[in-house]
Amino acid sequence: MRICIVGCGAIGSLFAAHLAKLEEVEVWVFDLDSRHVDAINANGLRLSGESTVLSYPQARSNPADIPPCEFGIVATKSMHTRSAIENSAGIFEDAVVLTVQNGVGNEEIIAEFVPRVMRGTTFPAGHMVEPGHVAQDTGGKTWIGPFEAKPASPGEIETLASLLTKSGMETLAMEDARGAQWTKLIFNAATNPIGALTGLPHGVACDQPMLRKVISGLVAEGVAVAGALGITLDSDPDELVDHAREVAYMHKASMLQDVLAKRATEVAAINGGIVKFGQENGVPTPLNQMIWALIKGLEHSWTRED
Amino acid sequence: MNPIKSVCIAGAGAIGSLFAGHLGSAVDTRVLVRRQDHADRLNREGLRISGKSDLHTSVLASIDPAELDDVDLLIIATKAMAVEPVAKCIAGHFKRAVIMTVQNGLGCEDVVAQHGSWPMISSITFMSGVRHSDVHIEYELDTETWLGPWHQHRASMNFAEEVAELIRNSGLRARAFEDVRPAQWSKLLFNSVVNTIGAVTNLPHVKDFAKREKITDLGNLVAQMMDEGKAVARAQGIELYEDPWEMNVNAVNRGKTGEADYAHVFSMLNDVRAKCPTEVDWLTGAIVREAKKLGIAVPIHEVMYGLVKGIERAWELNDKSREERSAA
Repeated sequence: MRICIVGCGAIGSLFAAHLAKLEEVEVWVFDLDSRHVDAINANGLRLSGESTVLSYPQARSNPADIPPCEFGIVATKSMHTRSAIENSAGIFEDAVVLTVQNGVGNEEIIAEFVPRVMRGTTFPAGHMVEPGHVAQDTGGKTWIGPFEAKPASPGEIETLASLLTKSGMETLAMEDARGAQWTKLIFNAATNPIGALTGLPHGVACDQPMLRKVISGLVAEGVAVAGALGITLDSDPDELVDHAREVAYMHKASMLQDVLAKRATEVAAINGGIVKFGQENGVPTPLNQMIWALIKGLEHSWTRED
Repeated sequence: MNPIKSVCIAGAGAIGSLFAGHLGSAVDTRVLVRRQDHADRLNREGLRISGKSDLHTSVLASIDPAELDDVDLLIIATKAMAVEPVAKCIAGHFKRAVIMTVQNGLGCEDVVAQHGSWPMISSITFMSGVRHSDVHIEYELDTETWLGPWHQHRASMNFAEEVAELIRNSGLRARAFEDVRPAQWSKLLFNSVVNTIGAVTNLPHVKDFAKREKITDLGNLVAQMMDEGKAVARAQGIELYEDPWEMNVNAVNRGKTGEADYAHVFSMLNDVRAKCPTEVDWLTGAIVREAKKLGIAVPIHEVMYGLVKGIERAWELNDKSREERSAA
């Protein structure tokens, strides 16, 4: 069986490296970073930290050099979804493609280019150490299920889930994976931009009563949109916020890390995703809209010099 | 003949120095500052104003109000957060003075009034300066200062007219109003919005602040937040002198700010970039407090207030971890 990872940053590398350990799977990697691609092809793909892995996927910067695959896993930053899947669609003419990206709206884009789609939510996180080497910072589960408009079959979902689990990435096959996805989405939409806009670690932000109120306001809007979509959340995102305060007090949200590095953030797929689904379902989301505008403004400021 | 023979300026930042440097050419002018080395340098070198004016004035400066004797007019020209310490410092001094406040924001007059029964003048200034050193300020925007009797401890309108005339005679621009609150509130609503959005987004006053095409355009946020502020002003019975949204549109389309490569850097953004405490408590925070008293919802103000306070909190945190690292 052939699986192609589209976008081999930290998350993509976790999937690629684990899957490439399996004898029954031939793993291909499509990534535009030629230094990372060359390093993988020369020395293999290495994971350190929570996992210790050295495996040998085949990496390419040109999707035309990758043979047709049965499965795809898209792990790019969400602003690159369209260009990534558009360029690699030839690999997936008769394939099922899973997204494990942040935010919402990626499934819809992928479904424009491939026959069957899975939605996924993944908790493991990592960071790039050097080309060919990623550190896994946290473990955690992955939930996968059908994308309703162009669903993968239950058998396909089972197959991929058991391969991933066998490879060391615990994955649950779901009939409806929206609950997990929206729980994480709402948590991220409420906490990530607050850290990004203030520079505060998660727990410290939670301890500022005015900011904690903003977080709850953002959560409430997300919960209302999920409700209008008929989605049952896995857990109360507001409780997750408090739980994260306990276990990750000094954690700097990934969006804050993006801001510190002056990299474009995924706000359009996170807060913007809640706004868009809210608009389509008649649920007002003024706070998410406001936060989205502020992050866009901040990103715009990096293009100026004054 | 102007009855104001002596003036003291408390605070010699950009605005205080512009007042002192100009008034010093027209009237006996003293300066109350916080740092002894600042006072020493002013006494030794005088105060130089460049830019829109070219002046070199000698002033009497001190950190002790007892050394400055009584005056006819005391202008408190510090940042809002320094008004309280200044008011404590001058309590019991300057017994015959009328006090004029020129801070951004709301509530500084009340703070002063807690420390003495001086008659007071409220004012707002639109002029700006760039502080090159303790003794050299560049006069940048030569716009007006608007002043009028404070509605609680009122100075007379007549005196306010005299103050405006004195300021004009010294080379600055000023206008007296019976009630300065409509103008004060216009500027407050404007500043409360553009300063916090600028501070959080790191953007100076670029055209984005007036753009309202897509839902993520910042102009929408600016307009909605100003609407909140306007509702608070209305509930206070204050009819605004200028519409803050028009002030915003004019500012991004006019003069240097309208050029693609230049935009005014808000004072709060300057503070944030320099990691100095901002005046948010007296701007956005003041509107949040007024709204609460009146039972008006100002959710956007609350978010912006919280975000700027969060930014300030993050500096403390970084300072602390730096200290801990250097201790270890």
